[in-house]
Amino acid sequence: MKVEQISIFLENKSGRLADVTEVLAKADINIRALSLADTTDFGILRLIVNDTEKAKRVLKENEFTVGKTEVIAIEVTDKPGGLAQILSIIHKEGLNVEYMYAFLEKHEKKAIIIFRFDDLEKAIEILKNAGIGILKGEHVYSI
Amino acid sequence: MIWNKEFETLSRESLEKVQLERLQSVVERVYGAVPYYRQKMDDAGVKPSDINTLSDINKLPYTTKEDLRLNYPFGLFTVPMEEVVRVHASSGTTGKPTVVGYTKKDIETWAELMARALACGGADKGDMVHNAYGYGLFTGGLGAHYGAERLGATVIPVSGGNTKRQIMLMQDFGSTVLLCTPSYALNLAENIAEMGIDPAKLKLKVGIFGAEPWSVNMKEEIEKKLNLDAIDIYGLSEVMGPGVSCECIEGKNGLHIFEDHFIPEIIDPESGQPKSIGEMGELVFTTITKEAFPVIRYRTKDLTKLSDEPCACGRTFHRMQRVTGRTDDMLIIRGVNVFPSQIEHVLMSVEGVEPHYQLLVDRKGALDTLEAQVEVSEDIFSDEIKVLEQLSKNIEKEIKDLLGITCKIKLVEPKTIQRSEGKAQRVIDNRKL
Repeated sequence: MKVEQISIFLENKSGRLADVTEVLAKADINIRALSLADTTDFGILRLIVNDTEKAKRVLKENEFTVGKTEVIAIEVTDKPGGLAQILSIIHKEGLNVEYMYAFLEKHEKKAIIIFRFDDLEKAIEILKNAGIGILKGEHVYSI
Repeated sequence: MIWNKEFETLSRESLEKVQLERLQSVVERVYGAVPYYRQKMDDAGVKPSDINTLSDINKLPYTTKEDLRLNYPFGLFTVPMEEVVRVHASSGTTGKPTVVGYTKKDIETWAELMARALACGGADKGDMVHNAYGYGLFTGGLGAHYGAERLGATVIPVSGGNTKRQIMLMQDFGSTVLLCTPSYALNLAENIAEMGIDPAKLKLKVGIFGAEPWSVNMKEEIEKKLNLDAIDIYGLSEVMGPGVSCECIEGKNGLHIFEDHFIPEIIDPESGQPKSIGEMGELVFTTITKEAFPVIRYRTKDLTKLSDEPCACGRTFHRMQRVTGRTDDMLIIRGVNVFPSQIEHVLMSVEGVEPHYQLLVDRKGALDTLEAQVEVSEDIFSDEIKVLEQLSKNIEKEIKDLLGITCKIKLVEPKTIQRSEGKAQRVIDNRKL
């Protein structure tokens, strides 16, 4: 039910994002989904990759500050209103979204939305009860 | 252990007798041998014969770094060069270094005082002393080396740098006593952790750290990370080198000054007026036994206070509080006096903040700006922006509340602040004044 996401602290300096992707490329790690949050001084890069542990290890070896968080992935139909339907349930149930980002699946006409909730367990329960399909981690890593 | 029980436990009365005799003799000597000192004393209207009590020291003019610079390199030596067996020099940040000299007897005295200091800090005969103070013109390395040999310990003269190899030797040789600067101790601790070595498996029991001001929080951090007792030692080349004063392992509360060789005074750095025991001010030293390069009322620029409270260790020498700032590393930010150690204190009190930081001072328009760069460790990192921003805000507020100044906290990536190989550079002042 849960998907592991790694986050990396980046200073706002040119080339840092490229440094991260290069480290991952050398370790033969494939990035599945990505989002970057930024402030004037720093940014936080969040990634879902095919091998979380290995990615974490190689980044740490290259002296990046790396964290691991659990998020959930929900599949929505790739058509107008797909996301709106999910968000309205989340809103009605009073769940608090810390942040979210989306990407498209290659073969099926589906979009995947990654959600970071402050209360993950509660969110899973509510979404399941509402009949919303939550993707398994393995599914997301291997897209 | 008390190395020289006879002198280190003298009664105040007997000590003052010794001090007065030695003071009179040194004043006599510099007046006779150094034209520069004679001229200064004549200008102040004081003759060696005017020194009849210890408080008459007040009549003597101060000596400053500027006096040393004017007499570069050997102008203040009181003995002919053939009697000088060694010179040391302190790194001059501006212009020429400060040169100091030692006779054979001075080297003996220094070894004796450094042995006292090491014993005071908890080192002993059978110890394996890992001496990571820099060897060379800097007094730290050789000063500590001779003292450790005098103590009867085994010295590893490893000097500064080459950190990974140091740690290997530390493990293989079973170092029990670590001598280095506090910032280098942290660098070692960090490397030890990275190499996956459990500090509890090392044999280190005590670290005797000096040559830079450091905060209590940094001391605790070092003790925790290296699993040892951290002891503060003090000295400066102009006065002798390391071993002017040292904390005792029994009390760990202030550094005993070896007063049978140095007379300390505390003065107001602005007016030059003497201050009483317990009052904060600039530390001034008169060396009363040195032959080649005695100094009379030398202004150290270090800020501290003295204590005459009895100590658990039995030594009767007065103690000086750890030096937390210098009159010349004081930053004036928008008119407010700030010492880097005060900011360090706040930073270290935040859970998870690494003891590596740098302060950047700049001037934007007419306003001074202060920025503290703090490395983001895994302990304080979060995948949420708001958590990191809250952390910065909390530290900023703490500094504002405690020091009354605005200090921007800038979070930086790990290892971006330069690690210390000796003395850490804490402040970068880009103001063009």
